[in-house]
Amino acid sequence: MATVNIDRSIDARGMPCPGPLMSLIGAIREGEIGQVIEVLSSDEGSKTDIPAWINKAGHEMLEVVQDDGFIRFIVKKAR
Amino acid sequence: MHIDCVGILGTKKTDKTGRPKHQGCEMDDSTLSLVLFSGTDDKLNAAAVLTAGAAAMGRKVNIFLQYWALAAFRADNVLKDHGAAPEAGAEGVEHLQRHGGQHWSEIFRQAKEIGEVGIHACSLSMEMFGLKVEDLDPLVDDQFGVASFFVEVDGPVTFI
Repeated sequence: MATVNIDRSIDARGMPCPGPLMSLIGAIREGEIGQVIEVLSSDEGSKTDIPAWINKAGHEMLEVVQDDGFIRFIVKKAR
Repeated sequence: MHIDCVGILGTKKTDKTGRPKHQGCEMDDSTLSLVLFSGTDDKLNAAAVLTAGAAAMGRKVNIFLQYWALAAFRADNVLKDHGAAPEAGAEGVEHLQRHGGQHWSEIFRQAKEIGEVGIHACSLSMEMFGLKVEDLDPLVDDQFGVASFFVEVDGPVTFI
């Protein structure tokens, strides 16, 4: 389970690629630096896409939790 | 610091000696140039997904709309059923319908929101269909001759 305080949670389960990533990007753009955003995704592409984007865009991945049929990505807006 | 380079498809990009190749990663700012010719929903959806991925990874995207793809971007036509490529067959169409997801126009819209995505109508095709830029969906930025499209091209061109 998550051990950090989550400011915003996005349930993107059921959305195909690149839906969950696009939802996360939208939330990061709207958010403030330091905010923690959680995305739930059942899309296989997210497994690689979300970490790749976080790395590229310079944010921080706090946790990646495999849940029952979906993954919980917990991301901190770093800039 | 070494940053592991993972492409959109999740494959590590390395050269023959196993060293990370920077193409498609944080060092590469080359433009994704797409020529969209086909107007079926499956191909437009594939193009929209590529565009969104490239825009997300900080790449500029340069799109040229010709023939049936241009017709699909007509404002009164975008949301209509444009069918699937012939290879889809009845079974393929069933898969497409079952999978659902967002409409390609919405994916293009999101890509334009997060990145630098230029969508240009081919002037030859515009003339052929008797269209003006106002007749097209607002996703389309302008009308270009083919040489103008190539002004924005700085690498390979993908034809869909």
